[in-house]
Amino acid sequence: MYFESLAAAWHMDGHGGYVWLAYALTAMALVLMVWLPLARFRRHLRWVIADQRRQIDDNRL
Amino acid sequence: MVRWLLPVTLVLLVLGACWGLLVAPPDFRQGNSYRIIYIHVPAAVVALAGYYVMAIAGAISLIWRIKMADVAMRAAAPVGAVLTGVALVTGAIWGKPTWGAWWVWDARITSMLILFFLYLGVVALFEAYENKAAAAKACAVLTLVGTVNIPIIYKSVDWWYSLHQPASLKFTGESAIDASMLYPLLVMIAAFYLLFAVSMLLNMRAELLWHHRNANWLRQRLDVS
Repeated sequence: MYFESLAAAWHMDGHGGYVWLAYALTAMALVLMVWLPLARFRRHLRWVIADQRRQIDDNRL
Repeated sequence: MVRWLLPVTLVLLVLGACWGLLVAPPDFRQGNSYRIIYIHVPAAVVALAGYYVMAIAGAISLIWRIKMADVAMRAAAPVGAVLTGVALVTGAIWGKPTWGAWWVWDARITSMLILFFLYLGVVALFEAYENKAAAAKACAVLTLVGTVNIPIIYKSVDWWYSLHQPASLKFTGESAIDASMLYPLLVMIAAFYLLFAVSMLLNMRAELLWHHRNANWLRQRLDVS
């Protein structure tokens, strides 16, 4: 490790705020990149299943 | 495929980020702020590569009318938009301590902003049309016209001598960056490429499920009764 302590890694000689902010925002964006399409897939899947149930109920009537 | 691609991507991301943030030495001129390079450059590189993917898919969809190419084109657009956004935002945060400004109308930055709007344009254009076949065609045309911007982005740092520094990484010849800084950067670039693939495949999966929502084979496989 280049830094002597975690506090030094956090501070980064005054640049820590910029660096960690950039990494935090990027991490959020990357999580969204995976989470949003997964959520969309699940939403569509729920719709198909609900639609199928609806059709089965209709046929029973 | 995503099942093993995603863990590999995560491992590479964590490894690259820790290496770049904590292990690599600081830059002799910029100090520690340069560590943003490990997310800024991979995001920008893959945002550009993603445009090729989108443009090639757009061309295939336009010429051969292959439905899957159209799905691929539209799956790449939001991913590219997010990565371009990441490159712009991290660039702004890097610019503040290095150039003293969050934003400058530098040729590289402006052409990247245009790339961002092109990606968003493809997403918005598709949503704007009621007729989805026409929408796909319009998106493909927009994508192909937008390809003009790609060489401009690449060459912007050479054509206009501006604030943004020229490329440090080169395919041919020696890179202007030391190995201790280069390796974590390469790890991160690989990780971002994989993440692009993962996100695009997940988008395609969601889109294809919706496309086949009334298909018999899908209903039989789910079989809720």
